[in-house]
Amino acid sequence: MKAAVVVFPGSNCDTDCFSVLSRVMKMDVSYVWHKERTLPKVDLVILPGGFSYGDYLRTGAVARFSPAMESVIKHADEGRLVLGICNGFQILLESGLLPGAMLRNRSLSFVCEHVWLRVEENRSAFTKNLKQGETLCVPIAHGEGNYFCDDDTLKRLQDDSLIAFRYASQTGEVSEAFNPNGSRDSIAGILSGKRNVLGMMPHPERASEPILGYDHGRKIFESLAGA
Amino acid sequence: MTTEAQIKITPEMIASHGITEGEYQKITKILGREPNFTELGIFSVMWSEHCSYKNSKPILKTFPTEGPNLLVRAGEENAGIVDIGGGLAICFKIESHNHPSAIEPFQGAATGVGGILRDIFTMGSRPILLMNSLRFGKLDDAATQRLFRGVVAGISHYGNCIGVPTLGGEVYFDECYEGNPLVNAMALGIMRTDEIVKGKASGVGNPVYYVGAATGRDGLGGAAFASKELTEESHEDRPAVQVGDPFMEKLLMEACLELIKTDALVGMQDMGAAGLTCSTCETAARGSTGIEIDLEKVPKRESGMIPYEIMLSESQERMLIIARKGHERKVEEIFEKWDLHAVKIGEVKEGHLMRVKNGAEIVAEIPAKALADEGPVYVREEKRPAYLEDAQKLDLASIAVPNDFTAVLKKMLDHPTLASKAWVWKQYDHMVRTDTVFYPGHDAALIRIKDTQKGIAVSTDCNSLYCYLDPFEGGKIAVAESARNVVCSGAKPLAITNCLNFGNPMKPEIFWQFHQAVNGMIASCKALGTPVTGGNVSLYNESPAAAIYPTPTVGMVGLLEDIEKRVPSFFQNEGDLVFLAGDTFEEIGGTQYLMIQHGLKKGLPPRLDLEKEGRLHKFILGMAAEGHLSSCHDLSDGGLALALAESCFDPHAPKGVVIDQLQLAVRGAVREDAVYFGESQSRALLSVKPEFKEEVLKRACENGVPLFQIGCVTGSRICIGDRIQVDVQEALSIYQSAIPRRMAR
Repeated sequence: MKAAVVVFPGSNCDTDCFSVLSRVMKMDVSYVWHKERTLPKVDLVILPGGFSYGDYLRTGAVARFSPAMESVIKHADEGRLVLGICNGFQILLESGLLPGAMLRNRSLSFVCEHVWLRVEENRSAFTKNLKQGETLCVPIAHGEGNYFCDDDTLKRLQDDSLIAFRYASQTGEVSEAFNPNGSRDSIAGILSGKRNVLGMMPHPERASEPILGYDHGRKIFESLAGA
Repeated sequence: MTTEAQIKITPEMIASHGITEGEYQKITKILGREPNFTELGIFSVMWSEHCSYKNSKPILKTFPTEGPNLLVRAGEENAGIVDIGGGLAICFKIESHNHPSAIEPFQGAATGVGGILRDIFTMGSRPILLMNSLRFGKLDDAATQRLFRGVVAGISHYGNCIGVPTLGGEVYFDECYEGNPLVNAMALGIMRTDEIVKGKASGVGNPVYYVGAATGRDGLGGAAFASKELTEESHEDRPAVQVGDPFMEKLLMEACLELIKTDALVGMQDMGAAGLTCSTCETAARGSTGIEIDLEKVPKRESGMIPYEIMLSESQERMLIIARKGHERKVEEIFEKWDLHAVKIGEVKEGHLMRVKNGAEIVAEIPAKALADEGPVYVREEKRPAYLEDAQKLDLASIAVPNDFTAVLKKMLDHPTLASKAWVWKQYDHMVRTDTVFYPGHDAALIRIKDTQKGIAVSTDCNSLYCYLDPFEGGKIAVAESARNVVCSGAKPLAITNCLNFGNPMKPEIFWQFHQAVNGMIASCKALGTPVTGGNVSLYNESPAAAIYPTPTVGMVGLLEDIEKRVPSFFQNEGDLVFLAGDTFEEIGGTQYLMIQHGLKKGLPPRLDLEKEGRLHKFILGMAAEGHLSSCHDLSDGGLALALAESCFDPHAPKGVVIDQLQLAVRGAVREDAVYFGESQSRALLSVKPEFKEEVLKRACENGVPLFQIGCVTGSRICIGDRIQVDVQEALSIYQSAIPRRMAR
């Protein structure tokens, strides 16, 4: 598995993603600067978290026009893997690789904390090592993670089993009480129709080593390593 | 049209620049002539307290600044640098942004973070953590809530966007800060020892670059503004508050850190207080050279700006770079990559003059060293304040011991100063960079350094009520307690940075407080072997009502050689034995208990014996290195009862505790409320696996540290002696909801 991490101006989880892939997973990984039009030959592209282009206009709204994103879209259209985390998820929504939009958190405040996720779908390269219904403790850190989509889109996501993760309790109970940002249907992460693109608000790269408190996020990278 | 050179300098103009008659005479002597309007402005900001430390310098000079690991000492550069071994060094500093935050809390706090980050990366180091010390009036007041919400949002906005984790710090609420909140931001960066960058201009003919954001009229005269008392009219000073753009700073930081890896860089200096003026004259003064810049070339965001405004603007996210001649293209390429301005505005010259031109016209010509280093210095009058006479008196007999200690504990847990600050730090991205090992809520923040075994522990601390009641002892305790916090995490204290927040130094009583507090800090720094690497002084912290309590905030940094030997603050295992290290005396004066339960801010604060403190540190560090401590938590605000409750409050796995041998921990007759809530110094709470009991007792004895086994970690209740019984979940819920309840929209 070869991977690339795209660096936008304002990305700030780029080195974290790079570090997990290279140091923890021992993967072959490289950075791609946003001005580059061509991607190196890789299996996986990561769009990292941060505040690309200062989140001006809307989160992720400017990043989708960057030269690198053209190649990322092409890479995805060819069926290869793209993982967007936090701001990366927002960029995936803005670029149309995933449906829906992000609203400000229900609390109107930025929130950084550990939350529990229930695995809803393990039929994907990102989640194949996970058990359906298992719970993972992974941090979130965002001000705009309140996922929104229209009824038709939600129905399609549900019917086609494209919801990868929902916010839940430690025991897997899904309810508004465990929803940290007000996202529709407690959605924390969704897959594309072809299941080769995953967007998620929580940061698995921040929960991939025991010294950081939890290493549940590592299972996602392990799934990918074996993909 | 009148040019600035033609503007006549009047006595009113001089006075309105905060320049005294004596200072003006000094200026004319330095110049050998009258200054013009631009030069007057330049002198006024450089000789403001904020930039020149004219009122505090004689006292600051007495801080110990020598240490075996110090690579750059305090005052030599923007921030001190400490060697941590393995070819790595750290650089850290704390700085105030009090006045701007009082006027415009969001931008004031945000730009405070931006400013301290620039101080760190200007040295060539990558910022890896932020902390802050915040103080507000009483939280039940609507104006305080607005300030508190705005300051936290501002810090969160800036730190989160730039991608440096903010690991909490401290938050106090007391009416003395009403209308004059304190916002002290600390940053720490890491670098390779061979990559230290100096803020120095050298090499005649080397180009001077202006990089980063364009210059506007914002923050005009901010340094002078910070050196005034806040008055009712201060809110009209809003243009003196700068506006921050963390995205711009992120780009600037990455570009500057990329530049230091090349051989194109000679020196770098951020444009903070006094902007272009300060960076230009300081780099020249440090390099003992001359410098010449042309203001026509400076990128501007507003039209019609006059030289005076350009020189004094405090627009954010700007840096001055001295490059190596012949390497101009390399510098420009790096900044172009990050879509930033890099404009050559001048060059290093022979001689000693800072010459400022506007096209062909010379608008200012001042000897750089005289401007930067030879400002006025005053030894201010000191007088022991009269209030102390009464404030230090405390008749214990008149203070009734409460009947219900459980109720007292609950009341303290609900006090915003003692309660959980999760409402604050959950708004901060405290995990970005994936190095955060101890989250906020621990005694000290702890981060690892990837690809090494090392960890860095940081704590900010100051009990300003102690400092109000006894500035010397309070200053001593501020340093000792922050060291103790770092020690409790298993790290060895290395050095401190400090932010000295006081009232108007022209008042002899205030200056006395300042001097006493500094003397107290010096005593602890010397005894504990932690030199001062730098910091900041913030004077004139007075609202219309009164001066703030003396608040010398300490930022203590410690090194953990082996991160696996870290010690958490929370109880870890059912069945662990609980020990109290250190002696408990009848010390109620200046305590949170006396204030919260009895409404009194009186008495002498606890006494600190530095020898005892040192022995405690040695003992804890030894036990931590052996891996014998399951947890360690220092005793401070709220005393033993609060420390026990906090130790139970691991957010992910709360524990219960039964303290059934409390009587053994007290030698001699001590009132019961002092045992539970007194704040005797040099104490810590340890939890230990039963198999290490003998070893721990033996080592305490060898180190001369009194150690008492008082109970064990068990169950789901907090049971302390005969007096306190409460369910952990109930106590935790009070502790966690105290601030959110008051801040509910």
